[in-house]
Amino acid sequence: MNTHLSRRDFLKDTAGLTLALTVAPIGLAEEAAATEAPFAPSVWLTIATDGTISIVSPAAEMGQGSFTTLPLIIAEELDADWAKVKPILPPAWDDKKYGNPAYGSTFQTSASASVHGYFKALRVAGAQARRVLLDAVAAKWNVPVGELTTEPSVVVHKPSGRRISYGEIAAFAKAPSELPKIEDKDLKPTATFRLIGKDVPRVELPTKVTGAAKYAMDVQVLGMVYAAVLQSPYPAGAPETVDDVAARKLPGITDVVRLPDGVAVIGDTVEGTQAAKKLLKVTWSSAAGVSHDSERALEEFAAVGRDLARTGVPYETKGDAKGAMAGAVKVFRGDYRTRYVYHAQMEPLSATASVSSDGKSAEIWAGTQGASGALNQVARLLQTERAKLTLHQHVLGGGFGRRGQHEVIIDAVRLAKAVGKPVKLVWSREDDIAFGKFRPMTAHHIEAGFDASGKLIAWHHRVVAESVVAYTAAMAGTTPAPTDRIVMKGSPIPQYPIPNKLAEHVVMPGRARLAPWRGVGNGHNAFAAESFIDEMAKELGKDPIAFRLELSEGQPRMQTLLRTVAEMSDWTRKRDGRALGTATMVKDDTLAAGVAEVSVDRASGRIKVHNVWVAIDAGIAVQPKNIAAQTEGSIVYGLGHVLRERITIKDGRVREANFTDYQPARMSDVPNIEVKVISTDNPPTGAGEDGLPLLACSVGNAIATLTGVRLRELPFAPERVRGALGA
Amino acid sequence: MVAFTVNGQRKEVGVDGDTPLLWVLREHLKMTGTKFGCGVAACGACTVHVDGNPIRSCITPVSLVEGAAITTIEGLSPDGSHPLQKAWIAEQVPQCGYCQSGQIMQAAALLARNKNPSRDEIVEHMDGNLCRCGTYLRIISAIQRAAREG
Repeated sequence: MNTHLSRRDFLKDTAGLTLALTVAPIGLAEEAAATEAPFAPSVWLTIATDGTISIVSPAAEMGQGSFTTLPLIIAEELDADWAKVKPILPPAWDDKKYGNPAYGSTFQTSASASVHGYFKALRVAGAQARRVLLDAVAAKWNVPVGELTTEPSVVVHKPSGRRISYGEIAAFAKAPSELPKIEDKDLKPTATFRLIGKDVPRVELPTKVTGAAKYAMDVQVLGMVYAAVLQSPYPAGAPETVDDVAARKLPGITDVVRLPDGVAVIGDTVEGTQAAKKLLKVTWSSAAGVSHDSERALEEFAAVGRDLARTGVPYETKGDAKGAMAGAVKVFRGDYRTRYVYHAQMEPLSATASVSSDGKSAEIWAGTQGASGALNQVARLLQTERAKLTLHQHVLGGGFGRRGQHEVIIDAVRLAKAVGKPVKLVWSREDDIAFGKFRPMTAHHIEAGFDASGKLIAWHHRVVAESVVAYTAAMAGTTPAPTDRIVMKGSPIPQYPIPNKLAEHVVMPGRARLAPWRGVGNGHNAFAAESFIDEMAKELGKDPIAFRLELSEGQPRMQTLLRTVAEMSDWTRKRDGRALGTATMVKDDTLAAGVAEVSVDRASGRIKVHNVWVAIDAGIAVQPKNIAAQTEGSIVYGLGHVLRERITIKDGRVREANFTDYQPARMSDVPNIEVKVISTDNPPTGAGEDGLPLLACSVGNAIATLTGVRLRELPFAPERVRGALGA
Repeated sequence: MVAFTVNGQRKEVGVDGDTPLLWVLREHLKMTGTKFGCGVAACGACTVHVDGNPIRSCITPVSLVEGAAITTIEGLSPDGSHPLQKAWIAEQVPQCGYCQSGQIMQAAALLARNKNPSRDEIVEHMDGNLCRCGTYLRIISAIQRAAREG
């Protein structure tokens, strides 16, 4: 199989018009345009006469594998020979044609919503294309279409024994003016899947072991100059005074440009512009975050959490939680805290842009999780239409939510327009942290009420945090949603059908730059809720897994996962100097349960996680091994923020500078990880971040079992653990 | 002017001697397989070999490699067939892939000296290379596979 994208001619779906469209290369250099336009049974795919099937993969590839998985869904229903399939980027950033139905038909790759959002649409597209091929053969051979079947990339007429390949069909078939109607009954029964549920290698990986894969950071455009930007240390600060005398003296520096919330240095080299940026002396206008002190604010958040008079925005309301709590015979209360955390994607942000002399057209080279959002914002900035914008999408050097924010693309466009040349804007790692957009810090106050029979009847979870959706909507110039699903996701704990529930968000004034972070609210909410449930289990003298099985009565999918991880971890076996902790999570209908095995060095307070076992049910597992890889990766991602990652803001400035003091998990931190992917006959749901929410709580629960000491705030940094243990 | 060889080819660049080798490779010589991650030798994404030794090109002034032989990921094998590259595919190691050039170059230096490293030796040697996607366990498996299959 050809493993890279290339420039292709693409046949339009109607009226046989051929349009030459540019597709950005994802891996290797662009190849010459094909001389013959291949057959296009629908907008999603073309079939060349040599049998090559090019299938559009509409989602950003940031390591999660959707560049392989999404085309595979079409290939399944098309009954294509996977060896002949070549995934390609969308030939145009046309929301209506290729947008994710889960995001109102826009290009948005986040929340693990690609397979979930596109699954049905891609199956239908594949089935429609297959029907077009069958109809074409039926007409040519003059046989009833009902007598035709398919084998991989071949149409077969059993009564006569005739066979014809998809490539041969492409030589004569015409696209119908209207695509055939496909109903659910026309789709393949799950049991007959050849590709879904069977693992295939990720198609772009060969480019990722040779250095050939192209990221936004690798872009080179003829005539381009470099830019480095010094941003305001806090959100919405504008440059007031700019002393650029020293910066301009460096060789190769050609311009210094003011931006709404930053100052840019333009020059001939990346090293020159980065050095000059450090010589800028800028004062910033005051804004809400100017005196932000995150540690002090977190104390305030915790006090707000305990003050039930401070009501929040309800996110999940079921029954009457407050009334039931008042009538409960036993009420437990728990308070937890988490700190700001940083994405730390390995590729710092970068974008390249070129703007036409009339300022109305632009070309953008980037790696974005939100092509539609980025293009909409650039169109608004240039007061132009999206049709005049060209986006060259690249593979992303990690996304995790960070690349759904578009400020670097916007700044690159502003600068290209200002200097009249293509501009490559590069952020250093220090920029990426100082101007980072974090998962908000949170304070949680949870109350749980039991009735006289010992049944958990009331659950009230208060999350005290800034609003991510308010911040991101303000950045994008859109109206924020009334509730914050980024902060609150996971708080309704559907795995535990408690009759009276209230999850509310006490929204604190925005002080920091924020963004969705891998696992979103499930990360902090599972830490709080699952630590609390464990505290109650211990208080009630119940086994933590048995207690969760009891609470998840009527939730057979979760109960299966709990029993599975109990077995995987040999749950009841005592370990010398080590202990086990468990946790569950539900994120957008994906369920997971986990067990962590830990030890702690009491003298240093250092926690060691030795083993993690996870069972995950994301419905139909389209690519099971990839789901396991994603779950494993998200466990490692989460491990860093359990052990030590935290962003501290003081005097409005981020204190951490680089990987020297913001330390993601390293190889020596990583436990053995065993993931069991349980495929169930449910629509496929997300699978990119589901190990992460399990980790903090299962580790904390294990530490509590091991030491009798409960860790109620993240990270479990050695000094805090040592203090808690009284060592 | 600084002169050295990269993947066997002689290069001369007219840059300030303090310029990090990383930027010379990536932006001046347009060999972008070597990645910029942190600029302070804390992540390993920029790892290349200088006379066979793995170094962090982001903190290496180009003047220090005058006359040296540099190998980058582009030169590790002509066609992606180095045992580590094959093992990386077999184990389906990369996710986003951004750190993997550095990981592979770091691992290649280990196998060049130690044909059969233990797990602990692998972890010790690789611990300076960050992977935010969390592919560490697969990296370990791939290095073991490359050592085994050669």
